[in-house]
Amino acid sequence: MIDQIDLSMVDWARAQFALTAIYHWLFVPLTLGLSFIVAIMETIYVRTGNPEWKKITKFWMILFGINFAIGIATGIILEFQFGTNWSNYSWFVGDIFGAPLAIEGIMAFFLESTFIAIMFFGWNKVSKGFHLASSWLTAIGANLSALWILVANAWMQNPIGMEFNPDTARNEMVNFWEILFSPMAVNKFLHTVSNGYVIASLFVIGISAWFLLNKRHVLTAKRSILVAAIFGIITSMFLTFTGDGSAYTVAQKQPMKLAAMEGLYEGKAGAGLVAFGILNPSRNPGDGEDPFLMKIEVPRLLSILGYRDANAFVPGVDNIINGGFKPWFKNIPDEEREMTYSVAQKIERGKLAISALRDYKTASKAGDTILATISKKNLEENFAYFGYGYLNKPESVIPNVQLTFYSFHLMVMLGIYFILLFIVVLYFLNHGTIEKQRWLLWAALWTIPLGYLASQAGWVVAEVGRQPWVIQDLLPTIAAVSMVESASVKTTFWIFAALFTALLIAEVMIMVRQIKIGPNDGGQK
Amino acid sequence: MSLLSLQHYWWMIISLLASLLVFLMFVQGGQTLIYTLGKTETERKIIVNTLGRKWEFTFTTLVTFGGAFFASFPLFYSTSFGGAYWIWMIILFAFVIQAIAYEFRTKPNNFLGQRTFEIFLFINGALGTILIGAAVSTFFTGSEFVVNKLNLTNLANPIISRWQGPAYGLEAVLNWRNIDLGLTLFFLARVLGILYILNSVDNDAIAKRSHKQLWLNAIPFLIFFLAYVFALMINKGFAVEPETGRIYMEPYKYWHNLIEMPVVAILFVVGVLLVLFGIIRPLHKFNTCSSQGIWFAGPGTVLTIFALFLLAGFNNTAYYPSTIDLQSSLTIMNSSSSHYTLTAMSYVSLMVPFVLAYIIYAWWSLNRKKITEEEMEEGGHAY
Repeated sequence: MIDQIDLSMVDWARAQFALTAIYHWLFVPLTLGLSFIVAIMETIYVRTGNPEWKKITKFWMILFGINFAIGIATGIILEFQFGTNWSNYSWFVGDIFGAPLAIEGIMAFFLESTFIAIMFFGWNKVSKGFHLASSWLTAIGANLSALWILVANAWMQNPIGMEFNPDTARNEMVNFWEILFSPMAVNKFLHTVSNGYVIASLFVIGISAWFLLNKRHVLTAKRSILVAAIFGIITSMFLTFTGDGSAYTVAQKQPMKLAAMEGLYEGKAGAGLVAFGILNPSRNPGDGEDPFLMKIEVPRLLSILGYRDANAFVPGVDNIINGGFKPWFKNIPDEEREMTYSVAQKIERGKLAISALRDYKTASKAGDTILATISKKNLEENFAYFGYGYLNKPESVIPNVQLTFYSFHLMVMLGIYFILLFIVVLYFLNHGTIEKQRWLLWAALWTIPLGYLASQAGWVVAEVGRQPWVIQDLLPTIAAVSMVESASVKTTFWIFAALFTALLIAEVMIMVRQIKIGPNDGGQK
Repeated sequence: MSLLSLQHYWWMIISLLASLLVFLMFVQGGQTLIYTLGKTETERKIIVNTLGRKWEFTFTTLVTFGGAFFASFPLFYSTSFGGAYWIWMIILFAFVIQAIAYEFRTKPNNFLGQRTFEIFLFINGALGTILIGAAVSTFFTGSEFVVNKLNLTNLANPIISRWQGPAYGLEAVLNWRNIDLGLTLFFLARVLGILYILNSVDNDAIAKRSHKQLWLNAIPFLIFFLAYVFALMINKGFAVEPETGRIYMEPYKYWHNLIEMPVVAILFVVGVLLVLFGIIRPLHKFNTCSSQGIWFAGPGTVLTIFALFLLAGFNNTAYYPSTIDLQSSLTIMNSSSSHYTLTAMSYVSLMVPFVLAYIIYAWWSLNRKKITEEEMEEGGHAY
């Protein structure tokens, strides 16, 4: 057997992760948001005692349940996939990454699964108050589970709170709180869950709009729109705010991702933000061509958003490859900032770190303490570039710029559109004429898929934009996999693709039927 | 706490989660009996709904078991999941199809049809139990893999854990002992499923069939179980020299573990007796409160599995042995997380009693009244 990683296995493992994550993320955001919307509706029911609100609550709860089940089905694969397809990753960072997954189970999943049973089966078995509490606890449980997995994801993008231990050949946690409260983690969590709230609001408004278009369940629909539009507008503000926070942390920690998001090849001070643009598909790193066929730019905005300074230098793809610039830190004077290395130099230092690890381990085993000490020092000095050592050419650090750029811009444009939609919906609802605005109702209905599109685009930015890194700078995708034949991964890929597609079709068909049945019968057959 | 105590503490948590998981597999066992115990549509509906109110606990316990194992013994996670690929993938597949089966089964316009979702439940019940049993049995019988951390410095192929088994995990089913434990688990889950249904359902026809099925499943369970335990006690085991960490084969290792750890032995014996009592109780025809069997067999299962896991990992034993390279075998010492992580996770584990408390309370709230035909016809939420 040739001792060489099977590169097609790496591709299939990535494809499988992308597939399962995309499917999982078709269901989770609705769970995150709809759980709160249902809890709010039930709270109104309990406070007013009005049975109409109970009917409304029950109707949305049925849809919540259908969606929840398939979210679980697609989620379990993701957890175990870290082991099955990404075995080296699991060891290299398992000491840090495993903890949030375990906490997620203990703290969040049990809360969710215990109280969802009460939510669905407890209407006549427990008191009103206990039932309401169960609905809220289910929502909190769902959102807590998002917290822990997103903390884990953020840590991969910005590995902190750990140290590499050469004896165990892995990274070990040294500061739990630093990991939990890193700005990357906080922003990622808040941005992602508020995205779920917006999707759920769009979902409730869209379906209610359909009822209004068909002149059915008018009262239920209008009340649902009211709750969802207010929830939507508040959470959109939050989404915008945390989106800005996310971009800011990306600028600090993942400048290459930011460059790809903006199609920025040659960086500059006072860089503008591309509001709309078409990339030049033949632009290659370092060829000096114009990266855009056309663009509309807001001057200096990228510097302001990324570095909170209109004059800040934003490095482009070419700058990062070539190095030789000083990263911008607002409060640190120019002379104290260090010049960045080129990627070629980083690769060299990464290889030094890896060979120092080998020397250290060999020397320790042989009892050569002097060589072990020297090697360990070498390793520590170069460890920041450890992952670069597995790369062969500098261009490997460039993610797919086209995909990242268009996904980012699509997400932002849709996000702005959603805010406008919420405002217009609230305006007409307030004027009591929403049933007459058929154009608006149709727009609201067709915005449901756009919500999902924006959300998936956001994940594409986050995950494609950080390639080739599984752990930023420390572990590239190619070094993170398991030693499994690519045929096996390919087979499971197609099994899951077929299964998830069938389940998605089933889910949509069931959902559509339940919506057609409507709230009057509590949604049951 | 010292690292060694933390490693032991975490192995106990893993063992506890595993034992709770096996108990909760009454859901899986019950799923294989839907058509055996329910002859009419209503009877089947009652059974599915009885099990369906608990399936998420089993599922969540499985997920938490995985997460906790990852956090506390990451080398197991990377070695076993990344190596015994197919056995774990098939297990996962069996659980994916369970997760939607209840919710979608009787919903109108469900694309695949009610029978398909019932078949999903059956596959989950059968494959889920047999393959998990077979996979766990490799804790005693061993697998074929090599772990070498120096591989990380091999730029062309930096993978640390390398599986050598010919079928990426499926070779486990070629060992009769692994299959034996798989079948033990399968029949145990069915026995527990029957006992749970007897306890939660108020329906004479189902109760009558359950009594009959109890015999038919308890006997194979006992045969497979005793055969497994006997083979375990007489075979060699994977021992560790505590000072050097060197792993070697020791005759009667697990028997030695049992007598060297009397507390574990007591847990084991009490567990087995409780399971037997739980089975016999409803079978005794003069017994008037025959639905109480699960209250004995359930905790009995937890104690027995807990003790079995301690036999695998405690008393200087390699819990995930490699038969082709003994020194690659995983022990709770060489595969655990760091002192810091285990400590942090230990604080988190203090939440477990609280979690158990609210689960028990919620469980009790829903189970106060037995499930009847009338409830199924009331038109509330039902699967």
